[in-house]
Formats: sequence, structure tokens, C-alpha cells
Amino acid sequence: MKFTMTVSPDFSPDYIAGWYIFNTWLQNQTNQAIHLELYNSFDKQREDIKADKIDLIYANPYDASMLIRDKGFVAIASPYRKTDEAVICVNSESEYSCVEDLKSGCTIATADDPEVSTIGMIMLEPADLSKENVTIEELKNYVMVAKSLIGNKADAGFFLKEAFDDMSKFIKSQIKPIVTSQISVIRHTFLIGPDFVNNSGISEEDFRQLINSMHESEKGASTLKSLGFEKWENQDHEEAEFMIDLMDTLVS
Amino acid sequence: MSTVELKYHDQSTSSREVSDEEVPYPEGKLIVSRTDTSGKITHCNQSFVDMSGFEENELIGQPHYILRHPDMPAAAFKDLWDTLKAGNKWKGYVKNLRKDGKYYWVYAVVVPNIRNGKVVGYASVRRKPSRTKVNECIALYKTMLAEEQS
Repeated sequence: MKFTMTVSPDFSPDYIAGWYIFNTWLQNQTNQAIHLELYNSFDKQREDIKADKIDLIYANPYDASMLIRDKGFVAIASPYRKTDEAVICVNSESEYSCVEDLKSGCTIATADDPEVSTIGMIMLEPADLSKENVTIEELKNYVMVAKSLIGNKADAGFFLKEAFDDMSKFIKSQIKPIVTSQISVIRHTFLIGPDFVNNSGISEEDFRQLINSMHESEKGASTLKSLGFEKWENQDHEEAEFMIDLMDTLVS
Repeated sequence: MSTVELKYHDQSTSSREVSDEEVPYPEGKLIVSRTDTSGKITHCNQSFVDMSGFEENELIGQPHYILRHPDMPAAAFKDLWDTLKAGNKWKGYVKNLRKDGKYYWVYAVVVPNIRNGKVVGYASVRRKPSRTKVNECIALYKTMLAEEQS
């Protein structure tokens, strides 16, 4: 049986090769054929999840809810000490210095990332801004969001903090952050689906052990490094359920 | 600073210092806590500890109303519990009382934690509120409180 693994489309392009290396490592460790399918679009990936085409996924917290509660996926692990945070930036020359300086009717540039958009819109609430009174400019990636700010097309832009941190010095010199989330409890999670649990011949516990001890071998540690992770941290079912409850408080 | 005698829905009382000094909500942070079905705190994050002014060990096991400010009308909390007990999400603006008597406003969202079809507790997340909405609530809660006390 061949399984399909995918990664939330908000991963950094710097780690594309790393996910292929991880897939090779996983196939060697499990003796299972696993195809890695990467998507540019959250919508297309969700279509395939709904059609039960995905067996393993590194999911954003937004999708983890649907995967665990509707599709029976099991949470295995999250990257150690990595949480998902968002940054709101403006043009570095702009007069805006805090969220409350932004006014109704302003334009907000976003990438196609539902989690960052959710956190970003929450950080705009103190300024009485919502989707009803701002113009959203949805762009393909964070570099385009930065360009929209630099070109003064958008008043503010939402970034995944990791994506903002990875921007070049040249881009960062032209934009400035006005607020950064410090949520600390929302994280991407590696999940396995019911077909993999039932048909791979590997028990959930053995798979959990394999992933969570990955950093202990030289090969595993170098594979983790190619993903930008130090190691995996176990995520049990209750931790994942609680994170889903927290996500539920953030969506309207 | 004045001392106020607070009476809670379970008939317990406490004597608390109350001042009119507001502590601004920290930018970008979320205050997270979890309670059991009776409203006793079972988990809280560092932002909760920092903003409440209590130590974590002073919060765990205590009823969530340890943060209740005397300016909050009882009807707001009745609405919260009625909404949660019906299995729904509750949202609202809340003035909280710190250990040192100062206060802070939050926009709170509370959801039931449902496991295997059963409510096992509640998760509450507070975020920075809109000042416009807070000002509306100051007026509204004052009226509600006056009606409750008349």
C-alpha cells in the first residue's frame, strides 16, 4: 500500500528539500512507500484531505481541528519550542507606530495563510478593525506582502513570524513591525491518519517513539536540521484537543 | 484604594482591595486558562499569572471568580454560564480585578471542552479589547449593576 504525506502550504521554501529528505528517512525507517505531495494552495490541499487522499500531514493548527475531529487523525508531535506567531508590519517610513494608528478603510496585505490571517485580524481588533471595514489584499506569498508595503499599496501586512525573520536584510530595512503576537500555545503538528494507523503495520505507539527519538541518531538529527527543527516534542491527544479548543476561541 | 466586600454566586464572600488604576493589556498576548466544570482553575499561562498579579499556585484550584471585579454585573456571568451550559461559545468584555486591587479589561472568549460527547471543562482565552467597546461596556455595566442593586 502506498501512503501520501503532505505539509501545510505555509512552510518556508527554504525547507522544500528538507521535507523530501524527511520523507526518504521516514520510508527507510518504516519500510513503507510514502509519496510526498506538496501544495501551493490551502484550498487544493483541503480538497484532497476531504477526499481522504492524505495519510500523514504536518498540519497548521487551523487544519488540525478538521483532521483530528472530523477525519480521525492522531497527533504525534510538534517541533520542539516552535510556536506559531504573527507579525503586523508597515512601511518603515510610515507614520503608523501602533495598531491603533490604523483606521477604518485601510488596506491590509496578507498571504494565503488562514492561521496568520486569523491571528492578524485579532491583533487589529483593539483598533476597531475587522474584515467589514478594511480592504484585504490577498497575495501569493510573504515577499509579495512586503513588496506591497514597500510600494505603499497596503497600509499594513500580516506575516508568519518565522517568514518575517527569514526575510532578507534589504527587505527588513524597508518595513517595520508594529505588533508581534506572543500566543505561545498554537503550533504546527505532525499527524497520522486512520489508513496509516490501520494498514502500515506500525502501531501508533511505535510510530510516536520513532518520531520523538529521531534526534538521537546522527541521520535523524541531520534530517531534522534540514527541516529547521532541533527535535520533535510529543503531542498527546489531549494536548492536541486543547489546542483545537483554543483555536476555536480565536475564530469568529 | 478602598476595601470592598465581594459576594459570589455560591454565597462565599471575600474582602478585597480595589483601586481605580487600570493596567494596560499587553500587546500581542493572549491570556489562557482552563477550568473544571465547576469553574475552578486547572491551568493558566504565564500571561494570566502576570496580569492577575497572583502566583500560579495561588490560582490553581481557585474559582475563576477570584478575578471578579465589583463593577461587573452578576447578569454578565449568568449569561456566560447559561451559554456554556447550553454547549455554546461565550464572548464578552470583562473588567478583571488583580490581586493588588488594580484592574484590566479583556475581550474574553470561553468554550466548553467536549471530550467523547461530554463537557469536561472550559477553556477561556482573553485578548486586548477595543477601547470603543470597553467604553460602551462601562456605561452598560453601570446601568446593569444599578438595576441589580435597586
